[in-house]
Amino acid sequence: MPVTFSSREIADADERCSRGVSVRIKSVNIAFGGRTVLENFDVEISAGEFVAIVGRSGCGKSTLLRSVVGLETPQNGTISVGNVGEHNGKPDVRVMFQDSRLLPWRRILPNVMLGLEPALIPQARKVLAQVGLAERANDWPATLSGGQRQRVALARALVHDPNLLLLDEPLGSLDALTRIEMQQLIEDVWRSRGFTAMLVTHDVAEAVSLADRVILIEGGRVALDEVVNIPRPRTHGSARFAALEKRILGRVLQRRPVVEDKW
Amino acid sequence: MNQGQKKSTTTTQLRPSVLAKQALPWVLPISLLIVWQWASSAGILPSRFLPSPRAVVSSFIELSISGELWMHVRVSTLRALSGFVVGGGVGLLLGLLTASMHWAEILLDTTIQMVRNIPPLALIPLVILWFGIDESAKLFLVALGVFFPVYINTFHGIRSVDRGLLEMGRTYGLSGWPLYREIILPGALPSILVGVRFSLGLMWVILIVAETISARSGIGYMTMNAREFMQTDVMVVGILLYAILGKLADLLAKGLERYWLRWNPAYQTAR
Repeated sequence: MPVTFSSREIADADERCSRGVSVRIKSVNIAFGGRTVLENFDVEISAGEFVAIVGRSGCGKSTLLRSVVGLETPQNGTISVGNVGEHNGKPDVRVMFQDSRLLPWRRILPNVMLGLEPALIPQARKVLAQVGLAERANDWPATLSGGQRQRVALARALVHDPNLLLLDEPLGSLDALTRIEMQQLIEDVWRSRGFTAMLVTHDVAEAVSLADRVILIEGGRVALDEVVNIPRPRTHGSARFAALEKRILGRVLQRRPVVEDKW
Repeated sequence: MNQGQKKSTTTTQLRPSVLAKQALPWVLPISLLIVWQWASSAGILPSRFLPSPRAVVSSFIELSISGELWMHVRVSTLRALSGFVVGGGVGLLLGLLTASMHWAEILLDTTIQMVRNIPPLALIPLVILWFGIDESAKLFLVALGVFFPVYINTFHGIRSVDRGLLEMGRTYGLSGWPLYREIILPGALPSILVGVRFSLGLMWVILIVAETISARSGIGYMTMNAREFMQTDVMVVGILLYAILGKLADLLAKGLERYWLRWNPAYQTAR
């Protein structure tokens, strides 16, 4: 189902741009059982930016995301998420995981309402309508498809009006068509709401099509930090798109022989 | 419309085989009943050994009209349920505690696992010594027997709550009681209900033995009392009552499962 945003919402984008917060990651070290995952890791993300983080399996990209929301604690270094606006309010950070992590024992609307006051039901219904699932509000999660569940998970995050949205391979287990639809949806809400987004993905094409900047993590450090200067909406077929995708993919794959030489 | 029509034709086609399927489980018990009645009327089965089915039915009717039967059923059910509430409640609370707090597990679990291996019925001589043949003796035995299945399954249920959901809950700011209410308890519920179902079966077993050995009322007492007067028909009524009450308890547990776990496709299709 195509998702449309009213022109008012798109027009609001400018005044909402202040919603995003900056993220500053400085000299972060994370190790699990003696194996270093992130080493002296530095990255700065400005408010409202969409950053994609790519890298091979086990390179620490998920760990980075998890440490931003406090699910992992770095051995040393600092991670600071900027304050919101002039009130210096605590920023709202939400995560979308690879699996939807909906509560199977709650119907769809209560899932979206998780941790919210009952007074916000109209708000939750509105967001559910934005992701195109208004009529499924009273269904059990088990009756939804994988893509629909991820849309509910997105709605659950969005109803909090996050300042920073962390996406941990949220589209990894979806089929190709649903993926494209979801990418479109995520780009649309990001543009209309202006939060900061960090997307971890295996898929370089996905990174290039969504992000302002693609960061490659390798050996626990930033190996590549590439600004994507392609105007939106981006088309997968365009020559610039293809060239950039090829360059980043080439860089991701490049290190393999070196690792094998060490053995 | 079209779909509805299609459905009705398939049910008419299936009807004979569905009927046969529903009748099949009852073929054996009904034939046994017929053989039993025949053996009694023919004098092959003496009534001091086993009464005829007809005698059992008539004594059931007699006992229920006089009200004696219901008095005993009420007393037994009350005992069973109060023992279940006490034992199950304590099992649930301790299970929640030991599964949630590491210090509680270290402090209590070893002891509980040791006590668990003592059959509650082995305690009957001591229990009679402590409580006499009072209500509290039966309550204690039932509560003790019911405690362990609830405790173990609560513990297991909480320990196997999906880590991913817990993590998600924390990122949504849930902790303490809200985290319990939204994620931990519903996640542990399927396992807790297994414990409850197991306990309900155990509850009757323990109560029967306790009432048979020492009681002044209840189904067990009625059965034992009938033995003194060789009233085999009353004895069989008592035994059948336990079967019916046990089945009712199981139906109740199944009903709870179907209601509380209706989100789970495994319980939606199970009929």
